[in-house]
Amino acid sequence: MNKVVKNVEEALVGIKDDMTLMLGGFGLCGIPENSIAHLVKMGVKNLTCISNNAGVDGFGLGLLLESKQVKKMISSYVGENDEFERQMLSGELEVDLIPQGSLAERCRAGGAGIPAFYTPAGYGTEVAEGKEVRIYNGKPHILEEALTADFAIVKAWKGDTEGNLIFKATARNFNPMMATAGRITIAEVEELVEAGELNPNDIHTPGIFVQRIFKGEKFEKRIEQRTVRQK
Amino acid sequence: MALDKVGIAKRIAQELRDGWYVNLGIGIPTLVANYIPEGIEVEFQSENGILGMGAFPFEGEEDADLINAGKQTITARKGASFFDSATSFAMIRGQHVQLTVLGAMEVSQNGDIANWKIPGKMVKGMGGAMDLVASAENIIVAMMHSNKAGESKILSKCTLPLTGVGCVKKVVTELAVLEIKDGKFHLIERAPGVSVEEIISKTEGELVIPNNVPEMVL
Repeated sequence: MNKVVKNVEEALVGIKDDMTLMLGGFGLCGIPENSIAHLVKMGVKNLTCISNNAGVDGFGLGLLLESKQVKKMISSYVGENDEFERQMLSGELEVDLIPQGSLAERCRAGGAGIPAFYTPAGYGTEVAEGKEVRIYNGKPHILEEALTADFAIVKAWKGDTEGNLIFKATARNFNPMMATAGRITIAEVEELVEAGELNPNDIHTPGIFVQRIFKGEKFEKRIEQRTVRQK
Repeated sequence: MALDKVGIAKRIAQELRDGWYVNLGIGIPTLVANYIPEGIEVEFQSENGILGMGAFPFEGEEDADLINAGKQTITARKGASFFDSATSFAMIRGQHVQLTVLGAMEVSQNGDIANWKIPGKMVKGMGGAMDLVASAENIIVAMMHSNKAGESKILSKCTLPLTGVGCVKKVVTELAVLEIKDGKFHLIERAPGVSVEEIISKTEGELVIPNNVPEMVL
């Protein structure tokens, strides 16, 4: 089944105000940067964005925050973004902070048809407020519910026309779970090849989870913390 | 003399054991990787999705797709593996990782830890810290004994929003190694030249002092 769309414009057709989006990536690593830039152009508003981080000032999801298109963020760590902190502390932006492992598992559950699960993470903290507690193996766990989205937007290294995806290094992060949890999943890839060119043994995300795939026009791949050692 | 950050990292490195998988948090914990005792092999996990994390890359060899949980560019060691975030936290929650070292703003005598939020002031989020402390068998906190205002961070009860309850087993500061047992801090070692009196005066929580408190050997 051919999932290829021409470009980012065509890929993002149907995204409207008030929708919930999942966006892959950890920090600026493995984020769908072409799609984010285009969401700014589209001007869709009141978005709920599920993403581990919120970008930085001037790049990634930081762009959507600056243009005030985000109503609510569901994330685990947002410390790299001054505009985010300002909007959150002033109450302009709703924020739901979730432990990183719970966020990953909630996306996985959402894509896997599991409505909720128990986890020890967050027990006895603010995160547990209002959540059901059960003891397993003598230890308290809290009930966390699955997450799904109207659109999941992921970024992969290589993809084929069937929507099969391969991620590179730590740019994989949240992308595979989110790909499963979108009613429509859009993949932007660095390299788009014909079906048959990728070895089926190497596929991380099978094409069944991907509805639209396109080759990103350009990848800036900004580095947040450039750390090096001397030769 | 009180230890510097490197000293704290060196002392924590002595806790490493051969064959352990270890998760190091951001800040002082990251430095622990530089002081692995000779003759043992440990493997570092970073929760964004790598096992077998190596040193920082040489200048010009940075890869934007290869970072650690602190978003720093890194390298992968021989035998490393990459995985998604759900698999990464399966390693953590499933107790496949033997040791977690992380920083904190406060630790209490029953092992509670607070390190993610100062209400009204600083809200960065918990990242993976809540998952890590909820499951790790062995959690060591690396931090300074007091905050910038000079107030003790070693408390009878945490005042900041908690990251986890009853989970911290050991605290290493610039002054001391403390063990948490039976709802109390126990002074195990002191930094070279630091007096027991100084440690007592800078510790707000209940502190048990044995007759003999050896100096750390670094």
